[in-house]
Amino acid sequence: MSAGLQPRTGSAARFWRSTDARRLFGCVVGALVVAVMTGPSGSASAPTSGFTGSLFRPRAFVFVALGLALWAVMTFRSRFGDVVRRANDRIIATPRQLLVNRWYRYIFYLAVFAFAIWYPTILSGYWQEVLVDQIGVFVLLALGLNVVVGYAGLLDLGYIAFYAIGAYSAAYWTGALPIHPPMHLNPFWAIPLAVLAAMLAGVVLGSPTLRLRGDYLAIVTLGFGEIIQIVATNLTGVTGGSQGVIGIPHFSLHVDSLKYVWHVKALPYYYLLLVFVVIALAAFRSLERSRVGRCWAAIREDEVAAEASGINVLKYKVMAFSIGASTSGFAGILTASKIGFIEPGDFTVQLSILILVLVVFGGMGSLIGAAMGAAVLQWLPQFLRVHPLFGFQPQDLFIYLGALLVVMMIFRPAGIVPSRRRRSEIGLAEHGVGTADAMSAAGGPVA
Amino acid sequence: MSDSTTAATTEADLIIEVDHVTLRFGGVTSLLDISLVQHRHEILSVIGPNGAGKTSLFNCVTGVYVPQVGSITFRPESAHPVTVVGRKPHRVNRLGIARTFQSSRLFNALTAFENVKIGVESRFHTGPVGAMLHLPRTRREEHRGDNRTKELLEFVGLRDRADEVASGLPYGDRRRLEIARALGTSPELLLLDEPAAGANPAEKADLSSLIERVRSEIGISVLLIEHDMGVVMSLADRIVVLNFGEVIAEGTPSQVQRDPAVIEAYLGTVNENGHEPPAAEGAPPAVAQTRQNPSAHSGGNSPSSEER
Amino acid sequence: MCFTQNFWNLFISGIANGLVYALIALGYTLVYGVLQLINFAHSEVFMSGGFASYFILNALIGSSQPHGLASVGFVVLGIVAGATGGGIVAFLLERVAYRPLRRRNAPRLAFLISAIGASYFMYNLAGKEFGRDAVSIPSPFTNGTVFTVFGAQVQTYYIVIAVATLVMLVLLDRVVAGTRLGKGIRAVAQDAQTASLMGVNIDRVISQTFVLGGLLGGAAGFLFGLNAGVVYTMGFTPSLKAFTAAVLGGIGNIRGAVLGGLVLGVAENLGIACTQSSWRDVIAFGILVLVLLIRPTGILGERLGRSA
Repeated sequence: MSAGLQPRTGSAARFWRSTDARRLFGCVVGALVVAVMTGPSGSASAPTSGFTGSLFRPRAFVFVALGLALWAVMTFRSRFGDVVRRANDRIIATPRQLLVNRWYRYIFYLAVFAFAIWYPTILSGYWQEVLVDQIGVFVLLALGLNVVVGYAGLLDLGYIAFYAIGAYSAAYWTGALPIHPPMHLNPFWAIPLAVLAAMLAGVVLGSPTLRLRGDYLAIVTLGFGEIIQIVATNLTGVTGGSQGVIGIPHFSLHVDSLKYVWHVKALPYYYLLLVFVVIALAAFRSLERSRVGRCWAAIREDEVAAEASGINVLKYKVMAFSIGASTSGFAGILTASKIGFIEPGDFTVQLSILILVLVVFGGMGSLIGAAMGAAVLQWLPQFLRVHPLFGFQPQDLFIYLGALLVVMMIFRPAGIVPSRRRRSEIGLAEHGVGTADAMSAAGGPVA
Repeated sequence: MSDSTTAATTEADLIIEVDHVTLRFGGVTSLLDISLVQHRHEILSVIGPNGAGKTSLFNCVTGVYVPQVGSITFRPESAHPVTVVGRKPHRVNRLGIARTFQSSRLFNALTAFENVKIGVESRFHTGPVGAMLHLPRTRREEHRGDNRTKELLEFVGLRDRADEVASGLPYGDRRRLEIARALGTSPELLLLDEPAAGANPAEKADLSSLIERVRSEIGISVLLIEHDMGVVMSLADRIVVLNFGEVIAEGTPSQVQRDPAVIEAYLGTVNENGHEPPAAEGAPPAVAQTRQNPSAHSGGNSPSSEER
Repeated sequence: MCFTQNFWNLFISGIANGLVYALIALGYTLVYGVLQLINFAHSEVFMSGGFASYFILNALIGSSQPHGLASVGFVVLGIVAGATGGGIVAFLLERVAYRPLRRRNAPRLAFLISAIGASYFMYNLAGKEFGRDAVSIPSPFTNGTVFTVFGAQVQTYYIVIAVATLVMLVLLDRVVAGTRLGKGIRAVAQDAQTASLMGVNIDRVISQTFVLGGLLGGAAGFLFGLNAGVVYTMGFTPSLKAFTAAVLGGIGNIRGAVLGGLVLGVAENLGIACTQSSWRDVIAFGILVLVLLIRPTGILGERLGRSA
C-alpha cells in the first residue's frame, strides 16, 4: 500500500524487489496457470500436450494481457486507494446503509422472497431441475456447514457422510432398503428419524474427536467421509451395495381430505426447499445471536478464556458439529425422496469439499454469504457448461474450486459477503490477538 | 485497617484450602508441597519473584493443571465441600471460582457488553433448540442476562463503553472488563492474576478500589497475584510468599515485610537495588513449561504422571 | 485364527506397504514438527512423485526388459525422479499455499483450507493434463520370488522397497541429526520464536522441511506406483493411511512415523485376512480413531526435537 506512494528512484534493481514487481510476477504466473487450467487436456502418453496447447498458442497472450491488466488495476488501486475506497463506499456502502433501517430491510427481504417465488416459474424445465438439485439442496447444505466451519470454527471434511446417513435413513424408513423397518413411513415422517440418525452420528463421531486438536477433526472426518462410502458399497445386504437403492417414495401429505404428492416435477420441490431454507435461515440467525452463538464466538476467539468463563467448550463444539450433521442429513432426505434413487457414488469426499468451497467463498460465519456463495457457485458451472462460448468441462470443476480455496484464503479469508464479526476476528488474529478458529484441543495450554 | 479485617476473617469459615499440592512438568517441579487456606471475604495475596509458581498455583486452583500430589478443596468447612482437582476448568468455574489472566484474555472481536454477557450466561440453560425457536424461557434469560450485564458494567464503571469492541478499549478498561466478565459467572472466589501489571498509577488506584469493592459490596473473596507492592500492601489481608514453588512466608502485610526469608528471596533476584520487588517482565519459566504439559496435547486434564 | 495359513505372506507384504506409508508419514511428521499443521496437500506431493518417475522411466525403458545393473540404475533413477518431482511440488506448495498465510499470521483454519484447496487443484489438474486413467510404470526389474521365509515368498519388489526405504531413512537420520538444516528443523520444532531470535531463518527452514518431506513423499510415490500404477487420484488413500501411521507413532516424531507405518501396514494386512480386502481402508480408519481415542500422542509421543 504505502510502497506505492514512495517516490520511485528509477533503479531497475529496486523495482524488481518491490511489491509492484512481485505482484507483476504473481499476475503473469497466475495468468499462465489459468491459461493451462482452461486449455486443452493432455494424456499420459502426451503429458506435455495440454501445456503446449495452452501456452504456445495465441490464447496465452490473451491471458497474459489479462494478467497485466489485473496487475495494473491492483497497482492503480493501491496507489489511489483512497479514491477507490471512497467510490466504493458510495456505490456499495450506501445501499447497505439503507438496509440498517428495519423497514427498508423488511421490504428488501420481502422483495427477495417474492422474486424467489416468482422467478422459477418462468424458467425452463432444465433450469428448474438445476434450481432444486444443484442449488436449493446445496444452499441448505452450505447453511449447515456454515454452523460448523463459520460459527464454531471447526473443519469438517466429511460433511457429506451425514447427507448419506440422512438419505439412507430415509430409504430405510420408507422401506426401500433390503432390510425392512418396523413400519413403513411417508418420507415426511421419516424426516425426524433420519435427522436424528445424522445427529447421533455427529455426536458419536464428534465427541471423541473434538477433544483433540482441530486438524485431527479434519482428517478424521475426511476418513469418515471415505469410509461411509466403502461401507455403503460393501454392506450389500443392508444398503443395496454399489447397485444403490431404488424406489424411495416421493413426499406426500395426507391431512384429512387434503392430499398432495410431490411427483417428479421440480417446481413443487423447489417451493418445499424454499420453505426449509427460509426456516433454516431464520433458525440459524437466532442461534447466532443467542447465548449459543456467543459461546461459539468466545470459543473461536480464545478457548482458554471461554473455559475459564464457564463455557463447556467440548459441549458447544459437539453441538455445532451435530447441528451441521443434522442439516446435512435433512438435505439427504430431500434429495433421496426427490430423485428416488441413491447409490454410494453420490456421497463422495469431493462433495464435502465442494460444500466447503461454497461456504468459504460466500463467507464463513455469514448466513447470507453461505447461501449466496452456494447459489452463485452452483449456478455458474451449469451456466458455463451450457453456454457455447465457454465449453466448460464439468470434470475440471475441482481444478477451479481448489484454486478458488487457495485464492480466497490468501486474498479474502472472510469470504465475498463477510460476517462483520468474523472479519474483525480474522483481522485481530492476524495481529496476534485471539485465534479466529477452534483448532486447539479443549483444555489446551495456558499462558 | 488490615489488622481489623484479619481479626474478623479468622472467625469466618474457609473458602478454599490448598493442601500439600505438588505439580511437576516432566522433570521440573513447579509447585512443591504448597499448603494454604483462604477465609471467606478475605483478600489473600500471593506474591513471589518471577517463576515462583504463582500462576501455576492459579492454574491448579482453576482446573487447568492437575497436580500430581495434594488436594484443593472449595468451601472445605461447609456442608458440601467440593474437591477442585480433576475438574475441568468450566466445571471449576461453575463451582464458583472465577479468574482473570495475566495477559488479559478478552473476546476481542466482541463488544464489552457481549464479553460480560458470555460470563453471565454461563449459568443459564438456553440450548440450541430454545435459541432457534425463541422459547419463552430463552427470552426471559436474555432479558435477565441483559440486566445483570448492565449492572456489572455499571459496577466496574464501563456502562458507557458497553457497545465498544473489546480490542479497542484502553488498558485499564480491559482489566476492568475482564473482572466484570469473571464476576458475571457469579463466583464466590475471584482469582486475579496481576490485575495491575502494566497499569499507570491512576489506573492502579482505580483497580485497587474496584477490588476492594468486589469484596466489600459483593462479598466475594479475592485471591490476588500481584507484583505491585503498593497495591498488595493496601489491599491484602494476608500475604503468602512463594519462591521456587514453595511457600516461604505467610502472614499479614507487615509481618511479611519484615520476614528475612522474603527479603532474601527478593534480594536474591533483584540483587543490588533490591528495595523494590521485581516488576513482571516477560513470561516466567512456568509459562514456558506449558509446551511440555502433556495434557495440552492429549486434550484431557489427566495428571501428567499418567502420560510420562 | 483367520490368518494362520498365510500369516507370513501377509506379514511381509504388510511390512512393504508399511515402509511406503512410513516414507509418506515422514513428510507429515516433518512439516508437523515445524508448523504444527497437517499438510493436507502432501497426498499430491506423493502423486507428483509417481508421475515424475513414470514419465522418466516410460521414456527410458519403454518396452525393454532391463536386467542386472541396469535394473539397479533404473530403480535409482526412478527414485531420484520421484523425489525430484515431489520436492519441486512441495516447494511450490509451501510458496503458494502456505507462505502468504504465514506472512499474515492467518488462523490455523485458513492453512488447512488453503492446503485442501491446493490438493484438489493439483490432483485434478494432473487428471486433466496427464489423463484420468491409471498407467503402470514400466518395471525396471523382473519381479519374482527371491527367497522364502517361513514359507512366505519374498519378492524382488519387496526387497527393492526395503533397501530403498532403509537407505533413505539413514540419509534422513544423517540430515536431521548432523546437518545445519537438521539443527534448524529441530530448533524450529522446539520453539520457533526462540529459534528466530537465535538467528535461524524460519522461512528457509520451513521451505527446506517441505522439500525434505517432498523428496521422501515423491520417492514413495515411485515405490508405490511400481506395484499399483500411477493415477491422478492415487494420493488420497495412501496419504490418509500415512497420516494414521504418523499419528500412531506420535506425530512430529520421526522414529514414530516409521514405527507407525510398519505397525499399520502389518495390522491392515492381517485385518483383511479376517474380513475382505475391500475393508482394508476401514481397518486403517478404525485404527486411526482408536489411536486418537486411546492414546492421541501416539506410541512414542509427539516431539520432533529429539531427532531421528
